[in-house]
Amino acid sequence: MKKIRKGIPLIDQHDKNGFWGKFGGNFIPETLKKPVEDLTVLFEKLRKDKKFIKERDYYFKNWVGAPTPFIKLENLTSYLGGAEIWAKVVSEANGGAHKIYNATVHSLIAKRAGKKYIVGDTGAGYAGKMLSMAAKKFNLRCKIFMGAKDIKRQKPNCDAMRKNGAEIVPVYTGSQTLVDAVSECMRYWVSNCDTTHMCVGSTVGPNIFVKICGWSTSQISRELHLQIKNEFGKIPKKIKLINCVGGGSSSFGFWNEFMHYNKKQFEFIGIEAGGPKNSKKHAAPLTYGSKIGILHGAAQYVNQNSEGQIEETESISAGLDYPGVSPLHCFLKDTKRARYSAATDEEALKAYQLVTKYENLNPSLEPSHAFAEAIKIAPKLGKDTIIIVNSCGDAQKDRDILKKRLGK
Amino acid sequence: MSTSLISLAFQKSKREKRPALLTYTVAGDNTKKKSLEILNSIANYADICEIGFPHNTPIADGGQIQTASYRAIKNGIKMRDIFEIVKKFKKNKNTKPIILMGYYNMIYQYGQNKFLKKCKQVGVNGLIIVDLPWPDNMQFAKKCKKNSINFVQLLSPTTSVERMKKIINNSHDMIYYISMLSTTGGRLKISPKNILKNYFRIKNMIKKKKKYLVIGFGITSKNISSFKISDGCVVGSEICKKISQSIKNKQNPVTNVSNMVKNLKRKLI
Repeated sequence: MKKIRKGIPLIDQHDKNGFWGKFGGNFIPETLKKPVEDLTVLFEKLRKDKKFIKERDYYFKNWVGAPTPFIKLENLTSYLGGAEIWAKVVSEANGGAHKIYNATVHSLIAKRAGKKYIVGDTGAGYAGKMLSMAAKKFNLRCKIFMGAKDIKRQKPNCDAMRKNGAEIVPVYTGSQTLVDAVSECMRYWVSNCDTTHMCVGSTVGPNIFVKICGWSTSQISRELHLQIKNEFGKIPKKIKLINCVGGGSSSFGFWNEFMHYNKKQFEFIGIEAGGPKNSKKHAAPLTYGSKIGILHGAAQYVNQNSEGQIEETESISAGLDYPGVSPLHCFLKDTKRARYSAATDEEALKAYQLVTKYENLNPSLEPSHAFAEAIKIAPKLGKDTIIIVNSCGDAQKDRDILKKRLGK
Repeated sequence: MSTSLISLAFQKSKREKRPALLTYTVAGDNTKKKSLEILNSIANYADICEIGFPHNTPIADGGQIQTASYRAIKNGIKMRDIFEIVKKFKKNKNTKPIILMGYYNMIYQYGQNKFLKKCKQVGVNGLIIVDLPWPDNMQFAKKCKKNSINFVQLLSPTTSVERMKKIINNSHDMIYYISMLSTTGGRLKISPKNILKNYFRIKNMIKKKKKYLVIGFGITSKNISSFKISDGCVVGSEICKKISQSIKNKQNPVTNVSNMVKNLKRKLI
């Protein structure tokens, strides 16, 4: 089996066909071969371009608001007993979630490519909202593809997108959620790749999109690395980094800088969406042993039936409601560098209640899945263990769901 | 190697001084039985029949084929049924070439070797896999050849000349030219004249070899006669749309589609 190599960023550990082990690749129509190749050449050039890096860092610092806070959750820690619980409050980034990093980088690339239009997919609406913000900032015309079901349940983010001047294209096919939005967005790109840049909203899709997104969100762990050193004086011996996993962009970004640490020192725990407690449907292909299949241009573990039809998912959290998962996470699972489990809708809601009761923090339903795991394991761990949860989104967008489910 | 049924179909069309007519319908649309009846009736006019094996996350299909695919999946179509349809079709019309078209995950789950074995068994003559471009398809294409199945390579307006040369070298009897930047069934956004200009640029590259180049995407009854000069024309979305309309109007899709294909053929003569 393939192993993670040292000294090379994980995003670059694919073979010449774009595979990380068995995962990834470029299962795309012929029409997209050239645009994908052009984008690959451009990105590989730009990431070595000091001026481009400077530009990225400038916008990350002055516009996104880097670094985002790293705080100890004192009350939650003492309530639970056991491990220390900390949060990397990525939701403090401009726009309220980690999706801003990928959106910013894609917009900068689109500018360099001379494209005037940018399109993207969205589930929870964060990827769409951030892309609309970045598009506005960098003067690009923007279209967002979003499942009709998600448009209904994530209204606040839709309002924001429209306010930023983006057009929301509702997708009525299939389950009317993220999976269909990504398909429709890719179809749009097939027809308009000569004028339009496509931003895939997570570390999914053809190889280059996985790479660009992972490269962008890695800002999170770059900041965190320094913050840990500053906070503790040196790197503590036992750290657990807990993150929700849908497509896997925030978790990958949260872990990347620590990839080469021993996993006993830095354990990576990914929490997928287990769906409603009594439902067979879920969005947790890694946890529940889904088979490898091809979705949106990449080989990955994906919920599907024996015929290869992609199965519908179910989760309270639109941002995690995706049948597949990043090839990078499939690779991390197979190499055992990360471990994955799932939290149910109910567990996520309970975690949300507990966190908001004890802390001045308002995590969205996505990171609430990660908090559920932290709450579960913290009491069993010693005080020398540091749990860090990536609070990667703000619950503002979930207010309708929370009101309905919790009456608040 | 003996001449393939696909090549024979093109040779026959050449003798009749017209392009080959290729039709695309989705297996199981709207039922298993109906799709076989449709196939049987259009085979009287079409030279080569493409049959889609439907997938529920198609990244290159437009609305009409998506609708047809969802309809077939909803009606419970399985790979097993699709092979059954081909088998039954071939019983009556064993010289009519059949090309299966679809997305790679379906084959991946079925197992490449098992899939090809089954294809050979029921009489499939060619395969078009939308999301398995060259060079990723090299190994699979080789296996197809071994089983006397044509692997149909696709070319698009975005394909560079260098790449085209390599793809043509790796192609079998038939090559598929995607007319424009579009999903299937898009409105022609460039003129037939310009499409043909690109088409002949490619034709010149493959001149010396006995290979046939067909045009697809956006071809309908309205514009098909503009492509009379090509080796072959593929019509898919318009047929799928006709099936949708027939169902909606409670008419018999078999007669309606059959008439449509008859008319398409007339326009090529």
